[in-house]
Amino acid sequence: MNDLFEYALRLGDDALIAAQRIGEWIAAAPQLEEDVALGNIGLDQLGQARSLLQYAGSLDGRTEDDLAYFRDEREFRNLQLCELPNGDFAFAMARLLYFATYQHLLYDELRSSADETLAGVAGKAVKEVAYHVDHATQWVLRLGDGSEESHRRMQAALDALWPYTGEMFESDDLVQRLPVAVDPSTLHDGWLERVNAVVDESTCERPTASYQHTGGRAGRHTEHLGYLLAELQHIARSHPGATW
Amino acid sequence: MSIEPLWEVFIRSRRGLSHTHVGSLHAPDATMALRNARDVYTRRQEGVSIWVVLSSDITASSPDEKDEFFDPAGDKVYRHPTFYEVPEGVEHL
Repeated sequence: MNDLFEYALRLGDDALIAAQRIGEWIAAAPQLEEDVALGNIGLDQLGQARSLLQYAGSLDGRTEDDLAYFRDEREFRNLQLCELPNGDFAFAMARLLYFATYQHLLYDELRSSADETLAGVAGKAVKEVAYHVDHATQWVLRLGDGSEESHRRMQAALDALWPYTGEMFESDDLVQRLPVAVDPSTLHDGWLERVNAVVDESTCERPTASYQHTGGRAGRHTEHLGYLLAELQHIARSHPGATW
Repeated sequence: MSIEPLWEVFIRSRRGLSHTHVGSLHAPDATMALRNARDVYTRRQEGVSIWVVLSSDITASSPDEKDEFFDPAGDKVYRHPTFYEVPEGVEHL
């Protein structure tokens, strides 16, 4: 399998699955303003996913729709962090803080990739993701340093998602031998510093779990991805080739 | 959520223009109000600058005072600068 295809697929699948989960919040967020904010963020992610999957598809003779709608669970390369069910609003903001901070560091590096398409996608996405980090940060601070109940939920969310953060920084043969890729293990220290700064200011405790889940990059997912894909894909599969 | 205060949003659409009221929204504090305004009111590049003001901080004229506030200006045409002839050859006036 073409390394570049596989790499673009990883980044594109992260963004696609993140977009789907964020989109589920629309009309279910705590306030109308947040529906719109999360709608914007989800659509930013979807835009990144489209660019990356188009690029992956162009290397493989497939379209973005082929890749999004006609692959099965084991063929998806996204992080397990992105596919977990939404939980409460604190969970959504903890996930956005962890994931967007990672994406921001990643895209910032990828801007100087020798691959023009990846560098171009990253250059546009880095500004979008900077806003996602800010949005998540604002809420983590307010929920963590809010009421007793909001603090409890924020802490629970930070802790529950921590075991899914290690996967973001796993290095493997592919990222090491592909010169245009960013080795995510180089992003870990910067990520930890930024996330810790937010967690500290929010008055929550830094999560300490040591066990880390893994497998998304190899197509091994939680039981939740299948249901997500069923919803994402069923219209395209029920009516192949339909246009509207 | 109704426990969050209401904010009025003003947006400057371009440099050189003044901020214009575009609507209102709920937010827990000024920082979040600014971000909500960005998300709700500038999705289509409507602005380059945003102000948010607590609705409760605005003192508004009352509809009951309409007669004494606004009606007296109705018949004072001399307040409009329409009685001057512009001399020929004067530009930029």
